[in-house]
Amino acid sequence: MFNTFWMILKRDLKLALRRRSEVFTVLFFFIIVVSLFPLGVGFNEAMLQQIAPGVAWIAALLSSMLALERLFANDYVDGTLEQMLLTPQPLSMLVLAKMTAHWLLTGLPLILVAPVVGILYHLAPQTVITLMFMLLLGTPILSMIGAIGAALTLGLRGGGVLISLLILPLYIPVLIYGSSAITESTLQSGNIEPHIMLLSAFLLLSLIFSPWATASALKISLE
Amino acid sequence: MSVSWFKYAAPMNFYPLAGKLIPVFWILAIGLTGFGLYWGFFQTPDVLSDQKQYYRIIFVHVAVSWMAMWLYGMMVFWGLVGLVFNTRLSFMMAQATSITGALMAFVALVSGAVWGKVSWGTWWDWDPRLTMMLILMFLYIGYIALHSAIDNSRRADQASAVLSLVGLAVVPIIYYSVNCPNPNECNSLHQESSFKGVESNILLGMLVTALGFWMYSFATILMRVRTIILERDINTKWVSKL
Repeated sequence: MFNTFWMILKRDLKLALRRRSEVFTVLFFFIIVVSLFPLGVGFNEAMLQQIAPGVAWIAALLSSMLALERLFANDYVDGTLEQMLLTPQPLSMLVLAKMTAHWLLTGLPLILVAPVVGILYHLAPQTVITLMFMLLLGTPILSMIGAIGAALTLGLRGGGVLISLLILPLYIPVLIYGSSAITESTLQSGNIEPHIMLLSAFLLLSLIFSPWATASALKISLE
Repeated sequence: MSVSWFKYAAPMNFYPLAGKLIPVFWILAIGLTGFGLYWGFFQTPDVLSDQKQYYRIIFVHVAVSWMAMWLYGMMVFWGLVGLVFNTRLSFMMAQATSITGALMAFVALVSGAVWGKVSWGTWWDWDPRLTMMLILMFLYIGYIALHSAIDNSRRADQASAVLSLVGLAVVPIIYYSVNCPNPNECNSLHQESSFKGVESNILLGMLVTALGFWMYSFATILMRVRTIILERDINTKWVSKL
């Protein structure tokens, strides 16, 4: 079972690395969105520091969602997905491997460029570390919940916009805890432990239920 | 005596039953809403301690807010029944419920905004309850959008049922996170329900109106289900006989 997991993961990563531009598109989308906000709202340092957590998280939500459509679409078009459904391996395991690949290609790069947000928004080094840590906890949730939406809208016309309609409301807890933890960490008496615990709980919950929900959504879409 | 649990699960049998039930629910809806609003507007004390006349919007506002929440549960329930028993009619009920539910959420937001304008001086405030109702409306809209984007009705039914189930699973987390964005200060953010302190005449008006709106929801949902049945079974014999 874990062999299949590794195999799919390696295959997806290899495929994505053959077309590196897709990974970089998402990454630069994130950077562009983040750098547009100061142009729109002004360069006041105190205000930028205040809006930085929310802006970073919203940019992360959007760029993670941007890549969701491709999660199953290519495999669906060339028939691989159908073959995967026919294998005796549990579908949720295959789905989990694809989610992991999606996170490695869209979530992890965002964490690595988070210091850029810190420079653009004049954040203290300590705050940047908190931001990276919260992104590390939160972005896997985005990939996992997003996969449900990607599976439900598989092969539909205008699927990309539709996914955002279905999935963005479900991202709200990640947005709230992720950004309020960073704001909290800038305060003198700040204690971000509860935020970390709640976000981790959400992460575990989605780790248990989302592969299962995505698998049943895929079965419905491919029926 | 054996009970045929699934007799009315067939659209063919349900269609005439719904036709008979619709007038009953309409009469109940108009009667109860009329009584509730009459009682609310004319039989309640004019001036309460610190409330003014605008509080009377409560009779509509509370009723639609309850309906918006209750109908989401009902929509999920019918979707789940459909997934478990594979009955087409349950999915049609879920689809019909979604539209009335979205409407109720919208009316709740609008009536709440009007109330907010006169009592707080602002159309909108990021209060947990307001935010939650807005998110609930987004969930309804997502459901309707997904359902209408899929041409194959069987896939549309099942996919949107799964979506509503996922929504129901995440709603408590959203609710908690919206209520308490900073877990360190949770105690101070808790809001007390003011239900117990309500004057009994107002309470009566409110509950009866809510019941009336409930009946209205049943009536419109059944009417919509009948249309959906006709649309989907357009090529069957029993429809062509109608």
